Amino acid sequence: MQPLDGDRHALERQVLPIVAEGTTFVGTEGQRLLDQVDLTIAGSGILVVMGPNGAGKSLLLRILTGLVPITHGKISWAGQSSLVGNVRRIGFVFQKPVMFRRTVMENMTFVLRQFGLSKDDAQHRAERALIDADLHHLSDAPARRLSGGEQQRVAIARARVIDPEILFLDEPTAHLDPASTAIIEKMILDAKARGTRIIHVTHDLGQAKRLADDIVFLHLGKLVEHGNAETFFAGPKSKAAQAFVAGDLVI
Amino acid sequence: MNDGQSTFLDAFRLLASGNSELWNIVLLSLQVTGGAVLIATLIGLPLGAILAFKRFRGRNAILILLSALMGLPPVVVGLLVYLALSNVGPLGVLGLLYTPSAMVIAQTILVLPIIAALSRQVVEDYAAEYHEQLAIMGLSTWASIRTLIFEARHSLLVVLLAGFGRAIAEVGAVMIVGGNIAHLTRTMTTAIALETSRGNLALALGLGVVLITLSVIINAVLMAVRRSETRLSYI
Ligand SMILES: Nc1ncnc2c1ncn2[C@@H]1O[C@H](COP(=O)(O)OP(=O)(O)O)[C@@H](O)[C@H]1O
Ligand SMILES: [Mg+2]
Repeated sequence: MQPLDGDRHALERQVLPIVAEGTTFVGTEGQRLLDQVDLTIAGSGILVVMGPNGAGKSLLLRILTGLVPITHGKISWAGQSSLVGNVRRIGFVFQKPVMFRRTVMENMTFVLRQFGLSKDDAQHRAERALIDADLHHLSDAPARRLSGGEQQRVAIARARVIDPEILFLDEPTAHLDPASTAIIEKMILDAKARGTRIIHVTHDLGQAKRLADDIVFLHLGKLVEHGNAETFFAGPKSKAAQAFVAGDLVI
Repeated sequence: MNDGQSTFLDAFRLLASGNSELWNIVLLSLQVTGGAVLIATLIGLPLGAILAFKRFRGRNAILILLSALMGLPPVVVGLLVYLALSNVGPLGVLGLLYTPSAMVIAQTILVLPIIAALSRQVVEDYAAEYHEQLAIMGLSTWASIRTLIFEARHSLLVVLLAGFGRAIAEVGAVMIVGGNIAHLTRTMTTAIALETSRGNLALALGLGVVLITLSVIINAVLMAVRRSETRLSYI
């Protein structure tokens, strides 16, 4: 997919690098739901965020996208302390697909129109994206009538249609069957091949091995490991990650 | 009994004859209520959507006020609008008292809290579903609210119906500020009240039949729209 407009370099500096330093999020009862997380996201490839339920993976994604303000520490996007303006090349795919009450095509064009594209340009671009994602036959279907797997594919295609610098995926295949999961993993790898930075949350070990270039392992709000995926799977350093990789129940 | 039956027959004869006085009354009712619902929607829908989407100081106070205002007695609204529009009132110079405009104003005040409060309730569910997606896209507050109203469009039909139902059936406010003047400010409800008191039961009943039929038709049409949209999962 082509960049939305010519000046790719100016755009590239809008979001990345994302730099989080000592990032802490304190819950309403004083719990440190994220505790002193240091993380820099730049470059390319797929970063897989792993960890047991409640470790703070989704919260970390919300903080990295500016959806949730942090309690302590620092976070910046391309050197700015906040994400402003309405042309953000951030894609976000939620565990449960968020579909607008429109057709599949209108879901795509709606997003593009918010980015200032003309009706015709939006239509063209959306059509190409739907063809690429093998969803063209569903163009005129009301999005919310699709199956869960189809909705999630539309959500990913929609997140990608704006040519995001970075794409966040929060357990996008958690409720899906293996066939849909395979299609979605292919879409994610395709996005990576086209240069989109990807942050992918999963607690599916097999999926992490198939997709990850780098791994972040979260446990009880702490970033306990961060590094190359092969190294991580060959020998996780922390007890929690060792148990997780070994398939034990980590709480 | 016989009397009642012949009154019914008379009523239908009157309707079928295309009695122009009767149909003028029906038309004026629809214009006044339609105008009031339109204005109340233009103000109340965005207001309700903002209350659903934004958290700010004083929001709770507004919510409480709105639900209190939902139960305003029409005669009290009529009285207040009357005082404002009367010769000695602050808006007396406009000369609106005993005109259809005065009736639209009164009904707008009656319907606005209903539309705002119910819109808030409806849109809140949609805001919960979409606010993160809209924030990720970087949409402004206004763009978000427009989007939420659009997404909730089919559910909001019911809100408009509630407002329409309240206004079209209302008699106290339009009676006071309109004055129930023949050919000018006489609506279905004020005419029914008048004709009943005059013993003109056929005309009163005819109007009652029209009023109920209209309500049923409007409800049926909107519900049919809603059902087909539900089938398409737009709701
Ligand atoms: N915006 C928020 N405000 C307060 N608490 C939150 C917020 N988001 C998540 N939490 C809490 O943080 C903890 C971690 O949740 P989450 O990030 O969803 O875990 P997971 O690793 O399973 O995705 C949970 O206890 C959750 O209730
Ligand atoms: Mg989660």
